[in-house]
Amino acid sequence: MLKLENVDMSYGDLQVLWDVSFEVHEGEIVVLVGANGAGKSSIIKTISGLQKVSNGKIIFDGADVTNQKPEDILKRGLVHVPEGRRLFNEMTVEENLIMGALWGEAKEKRAETMEICYDLFPKLRDRRTQLAGTLSGGEQQMVAVARGLMAKPKLLMFDEPSLGLAPVLVQDIFDIIKSVRKQGITVLLVEQNVQATLKFCDRAYVLENGKIVMEGTGQQLLNDDHVKEAFLGI
Amino acid sequence: MEMFLQSLISGLLVGGLYAIIGLGMSLIMGVLKIINLAHGQLMMVAMYVSWSAWNYLGIDPYLSVVLSVPFTFYLAKFLSKYLLNPLIEKDSILPENQVLMTVGIGMVLVELARFLFTSDYRSVQTSYTGQAWDLGGVSISIPLLIAFIVSLLLTAGLFYLLMKTDLGRSIRATAQDRLAASLMGVSAEKITVLTYGIGSALIAAAGTFFLPIFYLYPDVGPEFTAKAFVITILGGLGSTVGAITGGIVLALAETFGATYLSSGYRDAYGLVIFLLVLVFLPGGLKSLTKV
Ligand SMILES: Nc1ncnc2c1ncn2[C@@H]1O[C@H](COP(=O)(O)OP(=O)(O)O)[C@@H](O)[C@H]1O
Ligand SMILES: [Mg+2]
Repeated sequence: MLKLENVDMSYGDLQVLWDVSFEVHEGEIVVLVGANGAGKSSIIKTISGLQKVSNGKIIFDGADVTNQKPEDILKRGLVHVPEGRRLFNEMTVEENLIMGALWGEAKEKRAETMEICYDLFPKLRDRRTQLAGTLSGGEQQMVAVARGLMAKPKLLMFDEPSLGLAPVLVQDIFDIIKSVRKQGITVLLVEQNVQATLKFCDRAYVLENGKIVMEGTGQQLLNDDHVKEAFLGI
Repeated sequence: MEMFLQSLISGLLVGGLYAIIGLGMSLIMGVLKIINLAHGQLMMVAMYVSWSAWNYLGIDPYLSVVLSVPFTFYLAKFLSKYLLNPLIEKDSILPENQVLMTVGIGMVLVELARFLFTSDYRSVQTSYTGQAWDLGGVSISIPLLIAFIVSLLLTAGLFYLLMKTDLGRSIRATAQDRLAASLMGVSAEKITVLTYGIGSALIAAAGTFFLPIFYLYPDVGPEFTAKAFVITILGGLGSTVGAITGGIVLALAETFGATYLSSGYRDAYGLVIFLLVLVFLPGGLKSLTKV
């Protein structure tokens, strides 16, 4: 469904992605793991069109989307839930959800999808008129996920959704991601919470210094000595 | 007492137009993150459009708003697309360079006006120019009253746009978080250009409605740029409600100062209030109203 072929990317003169290739198949949960600064967010930003590819190709849903504008990539159903949530803090919860559904089918079905989101996150229904900036961290993450779902994605990319959340809430967020997949949405997940995510993902890629150094099923990586040493502290 | 009421009413009526000027500025500041130092100059352009329509074609200045507003809107969109936006996209260039660009745009507009229309003071005469309603000793100028009603309608229209439409929400979203807005499929570039256009269209309307009241000359622009700046600081940067209160406070300060102190220093009273606010209420009136 999503395929990167030998992608290089630089911020100005500083190259941060080197020859990155990987694939996400329809219906999968695929995880990208890597240390701080490895280039995980850079990959997601490149896929969603916020950064330009200098070499290589990105194919989504059979079409070449390399270096297309973020709005065009979004309209194809490739949706990015950014690191740090990036809500519109001075807008209400409801307005944030509306912002997720500005185009095409997502716009037509806005009211309907919003109900689905409120059923998924009943807390947000109670807070619909509250400003997003006044919510707790966990609630803000729910808004960020719901805002992504409002776009009617085929593939949803989450950049460190558990960042800054209390351990109880982290489990909730992972449950939500699993339920997203049950709705038929493919998931690409970036996480530092390596052990927990490797347990429920289908496949994973390990990123070091902007290069993919390893791939496998979650279980394979959990048992791998290098992964154990680098990420699991064993 | 009558003198007091008279100043209060005149101040409020002018305040409506000042509010429009401030709203235009705060909209542009919110999205572009710069002070628009060509603000009053764009208003001056709109005033010359209306003056020309009246002088050469005999069109009533209040009707020519249908010419001056679109003209200024498209001119501003053109300026931001080709002169301001290219500067935003270069990371290496400081945001100050955009402010400098607005200074340059302003200077060119003033000199163009001087070239086309000379430095002469212009004014329009209409059947209603000097007319006023007499309410038991307090008189309400008809042109100012019309201007006030139009500014209320424009303010209401702007709030409807910003709060209730996808376009308005996209403008607010871009002001709050450009990157997140582009992830929602909002083109920051288009919104920037459009916002500069809408902000300028607002001052264009104010300019046209000032025409039967004030003299017009090329340097009227910089004066109003300064007023717009004062209004937005008074109200609190980035606050739309603040722009309205700031506009009204500035107009009241000018009118009361002119009535009770000396009319020669009209422009100085606003600056005094401005300094007082900076010293005692650095966040502007917004820090009192919280919005
Ligand atoms: N906007 C940027 N400009 C320049 N360098 C950046 C920018 N964003 C990230 N980087 C650099 O790119 C590398 C990868 O960062 P990032 O993709 O954020 O890593 P991760 O998400 O894995 O923590 C880091 O060295 C970081 O300093
Ligand atoms: Mg990151």
